[in-house]
Amino acid sequence: MANTAIELPPKGGFSFDLCRRNEMLAKKGVQSPSFRKTGTTIVGLVFQDGVILGADTRATEGPIVCDKNCEKIHYMAPNIYCCGAGTAADTEAVTDMVSSQLELHRYATGRESRVVTALTLLKSHLYSYQGHVSAALVLGGVDCTGPHLHTIYPHGSTDTLPFATMGSGSLAAMAMFESRYREGMTREEGIKLVCQAICSGIFNDLGSGSNVDVCVITKGQKEYLRNYELPNPRTYVSSKGYSFAKGHTEVLSTKITPLKEHVKIIEGDAMEE
Amino acid sequence: MGGSYGSTLRYKSVQRLKPIGKHTLLGAGGEISDFQEIVRYLDELILYDNMWDDGNSLGPKEVHNYLNRLMYNRRNKFNPLWNTLVLGGVKNGQKYLGTVNMIGVHYEENHVATGFGNHLARPIFRDEWHEDMTFEEGVKLLEKCMLVLLYRDRSAVNKLQIAKITEEGATISEPYAIKTHWELEAFKNPATGAVGSW
Repeated sequence: MANTAIELPPKGGFSFDLCRRNEMLAKKGVQSPSFRKTGTTIVGLVFQDGVILGADTRATEGPIVCDKNCEKIHYMAPNIYCCGAGTAADTEAVTDMVSSQLELHRYATGRESRVVTALTLLKSHLYSYQGHVSAALVLGGVDCTGPHLHTIYPHGSTDTLPFATMGSGSLAAMAMFESRYREGMTREEGIKLVCQAICSGIFNDLGSGSNVDVCVITKGQKEYLRNYELPNPRTYVSSKGYSFAKGHTEVLSTKITPLKEHVKIIEGDAMEE
Repeated sequence: MGGSYGSTLRYKSVQRLKPIGKHTLLGAGGEISDFQEIVRYLDELILYDNMWDDGNSLGPKEVHNYLNRLMYNRRNKFNPLWNTLVLGGVKNGQKYLGTVNMIGVHYEENHVATGFGNHLARPIFRDEWHEDMTFEEGVKLLEKCMLVLLYRDRSAVNKLQIAKITEEGATISEPYAIKTHWELEAFKNPATGAVGSW
């Protein structure tokens, strides 16, 4: 018999075909798997010579910490870095994609990338997905027009700010910024304030924790300070760590089974490497 | 000092700090009518206490316990008093600061906050509060937090009162405003770098 349906080529973007099925399953009590989010405190500020970005390092999967030391400051261009909050897969995919687009653009134009280019590429991508790509970003960099700091929301709106925070710990970090930020800070003051803001997020927000990452971008130079501060070290009871010498545990009984008797060698070739 | 009605700033002079008896100060966030009810209950409580005329007066710990029982019982009947209460006082030289919440969660701390203050002011308190602050230092810290809240909480108004309670008694200051700073260079022409965006 003739084919009733014509195979339509797949259109780009999200396919919402399974939404009805998922709703039905949810009503029946099936729990959907939780996705990995970067709970997060991410911050950025403009200081006299450029931009400083900061982030915590905890990634959560529902109530569990799945990565204690993840990297939330993503490379976009030699002079542009981007911190990401929200769904980890979304932030990584979107920043990777725009980073490669920027590189191709650099080859085409022969010039250093500008922060507004990255901004426009990110915001138009996120807008076209209407907020379903759950990536909240703090984009910072220094280009030929000067230092720039932007925040990008999952629905595609952007802000240009002298200091910005995003993520679940953004209020705690913003409290630090609003009370302590001044224009024209030096590098040391800027790094100190960024650390204070991230630590405020780490200690006052449950979705953020572990260590502080800092990235300083100035004209012609960038410094990615991974794990700049470790305010949550593991403190072992013994400085040498744990050692379990013989005699520590009481042996109740011993049974030794030599395996040679059980392993029979049959004719055949040895396994190839 | 603001009383909002949904997203309207309806009342701009609501006093949310009240002295209770000789030893306590009560502040509240949340539903203003429920706060007025609570003040009525407490007035009755203090009145009955005074009628005993036994030389003893209810201190902050006792009032806190009463409020805790009140809030928790209402919550159990599924009819809560929709407030977060902050209670402070001094009796016989002992300082006390505690909070009771609409579901009955109560604790004693050196610094407490209601509403957005929990997210914005608490981190500052945890970092900058220390023992034996003077009154001026305390007011400065509170004003710092209120400034951040004024910038970042949409239902905040620039009109606040400071209330102080010591062994001598309670004083509530007149309402005043705090100075805000909008002269950052970056605010003057924010989108010069990214024309067409915010």
